Amino acid sequence: MKYLDEYRDPVLARRLLSELRATATRPWAIMEVCGGQTHTLVRQGIDELLPAGIRMIHGPGCPVCVTPLATIDAAVAIAARPDVIFTSYGDMLRVPGTAGDLLGVKARGGDVRVVYTPLDAVRIAREHPDRQVVFFAVGFETTAPANAMAVLHAAATGLRNFSVLVSHVLVPPAITAILDAPDNQVQAFLAAGHVCAVMGWTEYEPIARCYGVPVVVTGFEPLDLLEGIVMAVRQLEAGRAAVENQYARAVRRDGNTAAQQAVRRVFRVSERTWRGIGPIPASGLALTAEFAAFDAEARFPAGGTPAVEHPDCIAGRILRGIAVPTDCPAYGTRCTPLSPLGAPMVSTEGTCAAFHHAGRRKPPVEAR
Amino acid sequence: MSAVCLGVPGRIVALTGAPDLRMGTVDFDGVRRPVCLAYTPEAEVGDYVIVHVGFAISQVDEVEAARTLEVLRAIPDALAGELGPEFAQ
Ligand code: SF4
Repeated sequence: MKYLDEYRDPVLARRLLSELRATATRPWAIMEVCGGQTHTLVRQGIDELLPAGIRMIHGPGCPVCVTPLATIDAAVAIAARPDVIFTSYGDMLRVPGTAGDLLGVKARGGDVRVVYTPLDAVRIAREHPDRQVVFFAVGFETTAPANAMAVLHAAATGLRNFSVLVSHVLVPPAITAILDAPDNQVQAFLAAGHVCAVMGWTEYEPIARCYGVPVVVTGFEPLDLLEGIVMAVRQLEAGRAAVENQYARAVRRDGNTAAQQAVRRVFRVSERTWRGIGPIPASGLALTAEFAAFDAEARFPAGGTPAVEHPDCIAGRILRGIAVPTDCPAYGTRCTPLSPLGAPMVSTEGTCAAFHHAGRRKPPVEAR
Repeated sequence: MSAVCLGVPGRIVALTGAPDLRMGTVDFDGVRRPVCLAYTPEAEVGDYVIVHVGFAISQVDEVEAARTLEVLRAIPDALAGELGPEFAQ
């Protein structure tokens, strides 16, 4: 119980754990979708405190990790163009492509800039009318409204030198793909709190009903996660499968409708390839015809060099929840946050990086 | 970071009144940054919002804001990734 004393409210944490012990009569496997939640779970050792039999499976909730290699390769090719200022969130810079990463482009003199909001990219475009400014628009539903607004704003102000390389992913289709996989072990989901702050949770209701899996919208502090796990196990034990909201202080059923409207105007739902998982129908966002002029891939068509993953990286199995980082032969030796071989080690939110930061040396829970 | 589903709570200290976009200044534990408030049209000065990639996505109360900040401080580089190097831990 060494970790428990470090909790903000160790008494409540103990109470939740003993309730969990009293409720769980058999093994259950629960997936947390969000990379931020994976980080909290691993750092606080929550997965190791759970009663025997309750197993957390770490989900694909890190958009940096699931961005396909081909898209990274396109980003690298576009960023290397002398006429382009390439803007991106910082953690995309070190994601390895087939032949190098964005940081390498920058080291060779490419104009690659880290921004914290897509509106900064729009501002850079306004300040450099003689250059092409491209923004790497990655992320889940949480990030899509910001990117939608950047495009709307660029369009409204008549910017012609701004475009976006879109690689947006959507959570519900990924959940369905995981449930449809023949080797699926997940019996309940903790849905990502801030994704639901934007989207609400109505999309999860048919999934819970059709697949018979409980879905609990959960925040990402340690007590949120413990409570989310307790709520999921209560449903599992009672044979119920509904959507419940643990994160009521930030999430409403309908989400943020203003944000959803902007996303619907700028983007349409499209097929998207997930790194390590493959193509999932209707699991991504692409620009609508109205905003097709802002598509960086159309503006800068890239050559079709085939994308090649590092042969030792088992990111795909980790992202599908059927392996943990410590199963990977390269984990902690040839692959570390300072020299990552694969995406889950690059992003702080990636499962491999979370394990590494927490000093994990062997699988926390044996597969059962 | 940034691209992920984290979000940082902060307090709106000013509406900066851009003509075409609802913008404001948000205070995150002493550091202030411009934030787009287009998606939280009801949020006013003094209110707490969760900010992700420069956009307020949800309004929260003060207690929740404090709790969430505490968690984010424990995640290496989370605040710096979301808000910039001033937050390097
Ligand atoms: S430890 Fe590195 S090589 Fe192994 S799966 Fe994770 S990212 Fe890939």
